[in-house]
Amino acid sequence: MTIGKGASDRGGGEAAPSPGGGGDGNTPRDGRRGSGSPIEFRLDGASGVPTYLQLVQQVEHALRLGYLKPGDQLPKVRDVVSSLAINPNTVLKAYRELETKGLAAGRPGQGTFIEATLSQVALPELATLRRSLLGWLSSADGAGLDEDGIVALFSSALRDFFDRRGGHRDSRGGAGAGTEGVA
Amino acid sequence: MNVIETSDLGKRYHQTWALRECALAVPAGHVAALVGPNGAGKTTLLNLTVGLATPTAGVVTVLGGSPAGSPAALDGIAFVAQDTPLYKNLPVADMMHLTRNLNRHFDRAYALARLGELGIPLRRKAGKLSGGQQAQLALTLALARRPQLLVLDEPLANLDPLARHDFMATVMATVADEGVSVVLSSHVLAELERVADYLILMSGGRVQVADEVDHLLSTHRVLTGPATDARTHEELTVVHERRAEAQAHLLVRTADPADPVPPGWEAHPVGLEELVLAYLREPGAAALPGPARSTRNSQPSEVAK
Repeated sequence: MTIGKGASDRGGGEAAPSPGGGGDGNTPRDGRRGSGSPIEFRLDGASGVPTYLQLVQQVEHALRLGYLKPGDQLPKVRDVVSSLAINPNTVLKAYRELETKGLAAGRPGQGTFIEATLSQVALPELATLRRSLLGWLSSADGAGLDEDGIVALFSSALRDFFDRRGGHRDSRGGAGAGTEGVA
Repeated sequence: MNVIETSDLGKRYHQTWALRECALAVPAGHVAALVGPNGAGKTTLLNLTVGLATPTAGVVTVLGGSPAGSPAALDGIAFVAQDTPLYKNLPVADMMHLTRNLNRHFDRAYALARLGELGIPLRRKAGKLSGGQQAQLALTLALARRPQLLVLDEPLANLDPLARHDFMATVMATVADEGVSVVLSSHVLAELERVADYLILMSGGRVQVADEVDHLLSTHRVLTGPATDARTHEELTVVHERRAEAQAHLLVRTADPADPVPPGWEAHPVGLEELVLAYLREPGAAALPGPARSTRNSQPSEVAK
């Protein structure tokens, strides 16, 4: 049984990314039917970020950008392991972390599925916000700020904004709120 | 269950102790990396574990208490020695037939399916396969014995990056599918970081570090601070220190990950590669579970007193 299952998995998993998967988390939604999950993980060996945390962050990123939504399946442990050549315990650790955060839940015999969302804003509104940000960016560029300058200004303004509001911009707070919203 | 357990294990070749006073308990369900400089005793330890060598002193048991080399131990362990030994003139099919006849358990259907997926022709002579295919053939023959413990001695040496990746992907997929425990020795630190969740570090015939990787990383950190201040912190267990005139970096071991950082110092988390290099540079330092073991010869580790 394992062999039969393994045979189909190994063929695609080892040598090349599975069909439809860009391997960069930008897999289009229609790639889901082929691979079982709408996303595929990648690893950045030079980032210094522990492997399990890279997986967690990629899921959170995909949630924020709407690539993943509640009910979607995360890549199967075995598929991740054979495409990235990493220890299965690392993937399990990442999925446990996502469960602890209330973002995902395991279903016995099936896999791990998304339970909550991190993007608290609908896609069209995100697009509008993005457009107005691009407008601001071009005026910053026009004023002579380079990329580093823009990042520094933006981060400092962001800090001020949340300090003044007294809130926190920790994503975990957002995740908790999202969970309740869904439930 | 411990897949490998040794106590006071030693092996002497003529006048030289290749391994001495080795006390290990590697729990099942891990991928354990065995690292250390050449001549550290890695291959000796592996050969003792699989029953290819007999101890000069002490005991080694495997798979929850079977003496190494006993029939139960041999059935449960598969070993791929350095340089993936294959009979170069034998066709793949004959190599498989031979392995099947030499072992009590051999899953021929599994081996055939694996070789088919890998595109390895059964009629080709083993010596005519690419390096990556030879490694995969040796691994397939080992896995077809359906072991509980897979022992690999330098499996990645001589493989190109793609072949390394595919080889480790096969091993990791087998771990995921069948829960097989793995012990592998290697020099390739960067790749071990991705696969290993248990570390055994050896030097000069002794085990220097043996612990779960997560535990090691959470109990070690790098402290950066003023060099003049470095010797005032008596409670620190310093594994390795680098200091310039003004600034010092100390790789320290802490009993409790929540220990406070000394005032005026910054703490940074440490990666597996940095940790391994620090211990390799300080053969006197040891991190072993249980009560602190022999702090032998030159011991620069305790910055104190």
